[in-house]
Amino acid sequence: MIRSASKNAAARRESVLAMILILIGSLTVFVPIAYLVSDSLSSRETLRQQPKPLLPSESYVVTIDGAQCFVYDIEVNGQSRKLAVVEKKGSTWVYANPDDPAERYELGACSVEQRARKITLHWENFGLALQKAPFLRYVANTLVIMVLVTIGTVLSTVMVAFGFARFKFKGSKTLFLILLATMMLPSQVVLIPTFVFFKWIGWYDTFLPLIVPAFFANAWDVFLIRQFFMGIPKELDEAAKIDGCDPLRTLWSVILPQALPVVLTVTLFTMIYVWNDFFNPLIYLQNPKLFTVAVGLQNFSALYFNNAHLQAAGALMMMLPPVLIFFLAQRYFIQGTVVSGVKG
Amino acid sequence: MARASSSHKSKDLGWALFFLSPWLLGFVLFTAGPMIASLVFSFSDLNLIKGQFHFIGLDNYIRLFAADPKFLGALTVTFAYALIAIPLTLVVGFLLACLLNTKVPGADFWRTIFYMPSVVSGVVVALIWRGLFNEKFGLINWLLGLAGIVGPDWFNDGRGALSALIIISLWSVGGGMIIYLAGLQGIQTQLYEAAELDGCGPIQKFTRITIPMMTPVIFFNLIMGIISCFQYFTEPWTLTRGGPAEATQFYNIYIYKTAFSYQDMGYGSALAWILFFIVLGLSALVIRSSGSWVHYETEEKA
Repeated sequence: MIRSASKNAAARRESVLAMILILIGSLTVFVPIAYLVSDSLSSRETLRQQPKPLLPSESYVVTIDGAQCFVYDIEVNGQSRKLAVVEKKGSTWVYANPDDPAERYELGACSVEQRARKITLHWENFGLALQKAPFLRYVANTLVIMVLVTIGTVLSTVMVAFGFARFKFKGSKTLFLILLATMMLPSQVVLIPTFVFFKWIGWYDTFLPLIVPAFFANAWDVFLIRQFFMGIPKELDEAAKIDGCDPLRTLWSVILPQALPVVLTVTLFTMIYVWNDFFNPLIYLQNPKLFTVAVGLQNFSALYFNNAHLQAAGALMMMLPPVLIFFLAQRYFIQGTVVSGVKG
Repeated sequence: MARASSSHKSKDLGWALFFLSPWLLGFVLFTAGPMIASLVFSFSDLNLIKGQFHFIGLDNYIRLFAADPKFLGALTVTFAYALIAIPLTLVVGFLLACLLNTKVPGADFWRTIFYMPSVVSGVVVALIWRGLFNEKFGLINWLLGLAGIVGPDWFNDGRGALSALIIISLWSVGGGMIIYLAGLQGIQTQLYEAAELDGCGPIQKFTRITIPMMTPVIFFNLIMGIISCFQYFTEPWTLTRGGPAEATQFYNIYIYKTAFSYQDMGYGSALAWILFFIVLGLSALVIRSSGSWVHYETEEKA
């Protein structure tokens, strides 16, 4: 009895310690994103403060007697007040109460750091970023590529996965091993001839080199879907065969309805891959009108190097769609990653 | 009878080829074909700007090893990064998975949070961290300042830039963590119970059961880590373009500059083939050594 009580206490201590470490660790995820959000709502001036405030705040002016006067945090008779400077007489400044300009004080000068700040959110940064670069066009380009790549990937990988899951013939094992080996192949080794080939047939600076290869099945998704198909009882196939279904029909009306989760996983992974892919659009697209979001954002960040607030606004807009999709469908992502990692 | 079954078989083979055809075609068109072509290119001076294509024998390979400090520089940068970033992400990802496996409240929620950075584009990741690493106004130098350390101008300082990229790589440990976590959840609890009866403490349980049972997963993540170090591009390209003074010129950036900025396709192909052999060699080394440290459950049963 006593022993199990002390064991429980130890387990509880362990779990509290784990929780503390997890909370600290999660800060490393939250803080960078919080700063991205904060930067995207800041003015350029706010970003030049050390430490940069997480809530964007700025000094502000009030109008007194037709003049713009900065408001300062200043101590008057032991009380902290917000007063506007209406006149500077050398080292003596004249301060006025913004709510009652007749209430004036003559006190010592203040430094810029003593200016009062209030929270100011620059929502217009998003509009400005959209104006400075055609992000909506980039989004449209990316969506066109994404839809076609997703269709191609799903069609081809489902077919090939079915072929590997259900047909055994001489050499089928070797072919599957070759498929697995291509997962390990560094893509650079095929990159240059593929590029030369696409350029040669006139597809350079079009979407085609980004879309067409998707119709030829990639090893990762084939493997993922095949694993799923292997788990579907073969008796279902045989029953369909007795009913006179050919394999294509069996795939379509018996296997696929069972395999919707894995098809959804592949669809989601593909969509996010296309949205985030930087390297392929970078080498195949030259005309800025054809840029995808990733290339467009990178280009924008190089052009507006000194506008960190606009870069943050652009980056946030680009980050939101995949993150939202991820949160809505996270269990499909996690299952997909697990199958390719653990069973692989 | 025999005839019927053989025609049945050939019909099956026909169907098999039909279903496999996208991959078979793709393999020839986009893998095997280009591999052979890039091997051929690597013995040539193919250059699309100059419009030239002559066979020059081993000249590209001789130039690589005898007269190209940039090649050795790119290798050094990539290896330096890999030697620190791979073990670091491996250990952090593994420990994070162990923490989430301790039945803490909301484990699923935290799992989602830690995985989230893995779905963010490399360009965005780079832009997020560029702000945090800003010399004057960034959070990181401010925190260092609190500890009395004057932080460097990270991306304009050779060692600073490489260190910053290693820190950034830790932000995406979530992908590996998910795989470790699934592996941890697959370990049978009877193993731990038996160990407890034998009087094992938590540290012994960790080193004698958890780690051996996880070696296949560690092994998978190790090989993937090696491959991805040689593919590393988007973050250093967005942040430094390989600078300052080529301090972050990763192997893939050097290939990109050679083949696409200078259109020097022949030399670029030679670089790619050397990369292929390096990755092949390292993977073979890991696979070979894995016999002594990777533990597969099925072996026990056999």
